[in-house]
Amino acid sequence: MFAYIVRRVLATIPVMAIVALFVFSLLYIAPGDPAAVIAGDQATPADVERIRASLGLDRPFLVRFGEWVFRILRGDLGVSIFTNLPVTRMIAQRIEPTLSLMVVTLFLAISIAVPMGVVAAWKAGSWIDRAVMAFAVLGFSVPVFVVGYLLAYYFALELDWFPVQGYTPFAEGLGPWLSNLVLPSVALGGVYIALIARITRATMLEVLQQDYIRTARAKGAGQGTMLFVHALKNAAVPIVTVIGIGVALLIGGAVVTESVFAIPGLGRLTVDAILRRDYPVIQGVILLFSFVYVLVNLLIDLSYTLFDPRIRY
Amino acid sequence: MALLEVENLQTHFRTPDGGVNRAVDGLSFSVEAGETVAIVGESGCGKSVTSMSILRLIPEPPGKLAGSIRFEGRDLLKLSEREMRAIRGNEISMIFQEPMTSLNPVLTIGQQIGEALRLHQGLSKSQAEAKAVEMLTLVGIPAPAKRVKEYPHQLSGGMRQRVMIAIALACNPKLLIADEPTTALDVTIQAQILDLMRDLKRTVGAAIVLITHDLGVVAEVAERVIVMYAGRKVEEARVEDLFRTPKHPYTQGLLGAVPKLGSSLDGTTERLAEIPGLVPSLKQKIQGCVFASRCPYATDLCREVAPALEEKAPRHVAACHYAVKEAVAA
Repeated sequence: MFAYIVRRVLATIPVMAIVALFVFSLLYIAPGDPAAVIAGDQATPADVERIRASLGLDRPFLVRFGEWVFRILRGDLGVSIFTNLPVTRMIAQRIEPTLSLMVVTLFLAISIAVPMGVVAAWKAGSWIDRAVMAFAVLGFSVPVFVVGYLLAYYFALELDWFPVQGYTPFAEGLGPWLSNLVLPSVALGGVYIALIARITRATMLEVLQQDYIRTARAKGAGQGTMLFVHALKNAAVPIVTVIGIGVALLIGGAVVTESVFAIPGLGRLTVDAILRRDYPVIQGVILLFSFVYVLVNLLIDLSYTLFDPRIRY
Repeated sequence: MALLEVENLQTHFRTPDGGVNRAVDGLSFSVEAGETVAIVGESGCGKSVTSMSILRLIPEPPGKLAGSIRFEGRDLLKLSEREMRAIRGNEISMIFQEPMTSLNPVLTIGQQIGEALRLHQGLSKSQAEAKAVEMLTLVGIPAPAKRVKEYPHQLSGGMRQRVMIAIALACNPKLLIADEPTTALDVTIQAQILDLMRDLKRTVGAAIVLITHDLGVVAEVAERVIVMYAGRKVEEARVEDLFRTPKHPYTQGLLGAVPKLGSSLDGTTERLAEIPGLVPSLKQKIQGCVFASRCPYATDLCREVAPALEEKAPRHVAACHYAVKEAVAA
């Protein structure tokens, strides 16, 4: 087990290296010249050249890549071209709302989607099953921003249950923090819930056909025990896998959701940075997101052993 | 009153095309306390469906049960699902054919044996585990204290069937239904499991309904035999009588199809007798004798009039117009 963890952690190094190379190449691939952007409209070619030299943009690619990687390893993501602040500090300021949004969405989605999928499989073919499946199709096909605005309109403007937009830090209390996150989480969670519910239903349908379910019934086990103890644990591996893969959906969706609900998080930071061609910030955020994704999926892989004793590393 | 009295049991399944599959069609039999009764027949004769019907494990719909199944005088078909759950695994328990797939792969052996105990006897987690160790010892699994913490994939097929038996016997059931308990096992392991079942029957005293297609198994453990064909009982007798003087042509055919050890060595070999043809489809109501289409003695009478079960010899019934009737002690 320990050896496996070490091996998996080491295996993330090449993955992150490739991501880093790709992120760094953005500067070269993307159209537009950051030096010209910084210099502004009135700059002379000499000004642009000077800025380019000061940014080190005139040196060979590999040299600059090497330096960049070493700086990152020391925890230095560079300085924003636009604000002149260190990228790490900008990310640190914005990370709480995004992290909160993703964690709340994750909990909300899992606690809604898994029971939904289980019940759909148990009552396969009934109206409950059809309703769950219809919801899943809806969840997949309606974009986050449409759901977001609709939710904000009804539950915030009309009913006044939740704030329309904005973010309250966790430090100011659980209630205000959560009330600001409910609508964004529901909006962001739609696709995610649909995905998890569908995979839960499909896997449970298969598990419920197994001989050991019949054994459990022959023992006198009740319906709940059968579904949630005997069946769900057997269905867990595909479900947690899709939960891990779905984190990518959350990252992508967070960018849009934060814009809809005016949440000052990493998503907004990313959008702003892209609009301003603020490459150090873009690079920093992408690296962070990739790292989180790789880490989450590593944890998911390790969690398999909790659910299935036949999996041993 | 017998322990189990099945009367005119009908287990029908609606098929997707709107038809009805009469898997069990009017079956009656009874089992006395402590008795071992075997139900034999080919695949598809309805013997497994019968066993599942007794515990009401048939999904309804598409299944539909009719008739009555009285256990200690109570009709199981009239009980609520909740009352039925209190009987399953407690007063009536079941061993299945496939030990490799009948145990839950993600729960420990101890949890799976303990589950019935916790459900029916209200034992705590630690009491249930202690009892599970005891049960494993009873079914002859070495190092039981270590095994309770293991998972099914760490055990061999024979060991898993022993675990299944331990689960079934944990709550001291009055009736044990064993559906092909040895079919999926190696021959040497089969003998061990049969020995174990015989020993346990003596110590636990449960009645056993043994479902099998293996006549060798029947001869070894059963006291009484019911022969099923196409969802019906065609013959029933004490095991010695059935083997010595089978009355129904189907039973005769079954016995003729069993190879005898050594018969090919002494040169007296004949071809194994086979029963020509296939089990008829159960989707149509069969007019006349169910076995008529494959019976070497069938006449027009057989094809038109269904023979009733008739006592052909003392405690020996068969459903055949032509089976020889011995002097029945009046």
